[in-house]
Amino acid sequence: MHSVSIRSLDLHFGAVKVLQNLDLDIHDGEFLVLLGSSGCGKSTLLNCIAGLLDVTDGQIFIKDRNVTWMEPSERGIGMVFQSYALYPQMTVEGNLSFGLKNARMPRAEIDERVARAARILQIEPLLKRKPGALSGGQRQRVAIGRALVRDVDVFLFDEPLSNLDAKLRADLRVEIKRLHQKLSNTMIYVTHDQVEAMTLADRIAIMKGGQIMQLATPAEIYNRPGNKYVADFIGSPSMNFLEGDLSDGHFTTGGENLDITGYPFEGPATGAATLGVRPEHVATGHDLQGLPIQAEVAVELVEPMGSDTLVWTTFAGQSFRFRMDGQAEVRERDTIRIGIDPAKASFFDKASELRL
Amino acid sequence: MTDAARLLDGPRGPKPTRRLSRRNIILYGTLSVMALYYALPLYVMVVTSLKGMPEIRMGNIFAPPVEITFEPWVKAWSEACTGINCDGLSRGFWNSVQILVPSVILSIAVASVNGYALSKWRFPGSEVFFTILMIGVFIPYQVMIYPIVILLRELGLYGSLWGLVLVHTIFGMPLLTLLFRNYFTSVPDELFKAARVDGAGFWGIYFRIMLPMALPILVVAMILQVTGIWNDFLFGVIYTKPEIYPMTVQLNNIVNSVQGVKEYNVNMAATLLTGLVPLTIYFISGKLFVRGIAAGAVKG
Ligand SMILES: Nc1ncnc2c1ncn2[C@@H]1O[C@H](COP(=O)(O)OP(=O)(O)O)[C@@H](O)[C@H]1O
Ligand SMILES: [Mg+2]
Repeated sequence: MHSVSIRSLDLHFGAVKVLQNLDLDIHDGEFLVLLGSSGCGKSTLLNCIAGLLDVTDGQIFIKDRNVTWMEPSERGIGMVFQSYALYPQMTVEGNLSFGLKNARMPRAEIDERVARAARILQIEPLLKRKPGALSGGQRQRVAIGRALVRDVDVFLFDEPLSNLDAKLRADLRVEIKRLHQKLSNTMIYVTHDQVEAMTLADRIAIMKGGQIMQLATPAEIYNRPGNKYVADFIGSPSMNFLEGDLSDGHFTTGGENLDITGYPFEGPATGAATLGVRPEHVATGHDLQGLPIQAEVAVELVEPMGSDTLVWTTFAGQSFRFRMDGQAEVRERDTIRIGIDPAKASFFDKASELRL
Repeated sequence: MTDAARLLDGPRGPKPTRRLSRRNIILYGTLSVMALYYALPLYVMVVTSLKGMPEIRMGNIFAPPVEITFEPWVKAWSEACTGINCDGLSRGFWNSVQILVPSVILSIAVASVNGYALSKWRFPGSEVFFTILMIGVFIPYQVMIYPIVILLRELGLYGSLWGLVLVHTIFGMPLLTLLFRNYFTSVPDELFKAARVDGAGFWGIYFRIMLPMALPILVVAMILQVTGIWNDFLFGVIYTKPEIYPMTVQLNNIVNSVQGVKEYNVNMAATLLTGLVPLTIYFISGKLFVRGIAAGAVKG
């Protein structure tokens, strides 16, 4: 069963077409992350699902109910915002119970639900405080609680951790993951942070210009990016790209003729193409053994990052980076032997930028 | 603690300030002159209102009263003649209160709902509506005086207290709406969205979320309206009848009455009495007012 289904969704702001013909099916209990750079339409899509924006065309189903014309409060969704959006003049308790009071729920049940949510989120001691007297992390917990008390089918998160500092963000990220395990509600989570996306998601939808570029599990997106944009977007430092030509098991780039046996082609293995290699998939030292692509390169720049070291070099006449162990002894102007495993690389068609 | 031996010769620590620098003399000099300029008339009024007529005739308007008397105040409040009646300003005071209270409440209530709807609900045509309202800020109100006379006559409100209340509400609308719109625009959209997800409607969000947050701007609007409406003379003269003239009109009638001798002390007392309401408002809410203006300016 699908928890949320979006069919041919269009959303225009006047002449600006933010979402165009967008389809998306989200499974029951799934943690789906909408990932994309700022301005690509993630929040707009989330607001459409929530009913805060009127769609221009298309349909939205939640739990097989057509909710396209329904009010936000009738859709069985709860939403958590980046700015927390707590009602400043109400106590934490007032914030949690506001939605329930609007639904005219009996007092006893309201109290019970508020108490349960406060227990789950460990904010019981804060119930009598105003939002102004809470820290950022506590505020975001209250905001999550506001969705929790309403017992919704679908949780919507719009960059909920972006306003927190790094340490707190990591803590709360784990808490959200735990919460999902405990509640097993459907969650749709918007972020521009790929670490959040990779760690939280069952599936990630990568968006660009109002369209979904790829919808897949984090592992699939990392290992087998569906197109060049996704390949470039995911991974830090980002993938190396080498331009060249494919022909019968070889890739010619910058004067080098690379043997690519072992690459699992899905598309035609000929023509102009781009080879993508992740910096962490470049082998050195003992790992070189048996790799069909090997080369001597000169070290141009070294960026030690503690746990590992990023090395800048030139390969096949093009700028190229790779990752070494943090303890590796490399210096500028050293020469080093590197190798690439074609099975871990990606090829993209030059014109369409789709995976080959 | 600094180890003195490690420091070189020359300046150390905070830079010394000279109290009697040229800048300070000019600054404080200018401020004092300005303060004096504004305070002096008030001083003369208070002093004169506490003197008897013989003392006023004798002399110096700046001299403090030799013999303090509150008679002029009593006379101004309850005995002075204003054209037809001789019951002082008290009648005008109550008239003004009766005009003021409904006008302030009505104009602020309508304008705050307007501002809220214009900033958060953006219905089709809201931009046009807002533009028309803003043009209203710039139309000189003298232009509208006569059309409104006709309008009130047609409504059967001409010469009545409620007619004047309506006029004050309408004339306050553009500026107050702008004020509230800007304030509510500064309330984050996400807050508004959260309330919608929580199932609150137009009025629920207005009363439960927006109004409680709007206290500073409510105070600003109240001060603007109370002083504006209390000090109004023109609309009061035009749209009401002598029995319900507001206090300002009655003050004018007392001060400009041609019979008998000019009683300066009574006039001064009457003027001070009339100015007392806005003055009190400023004293009570001055701090809140500044805070509200600042909040509007920074956020809007
Ligand atoms: N109310 C609006 N009117 C016009 N354009 C808008 C409006 N809201 C968003 N947009 C535009 O839609 C695009 C997507 O915005 P948004 O969904 O907020 O992006 P993000 O992925 O960063 O959340 C942006 O280019 C933005 O400028
Ligand atoms: Mg966004």
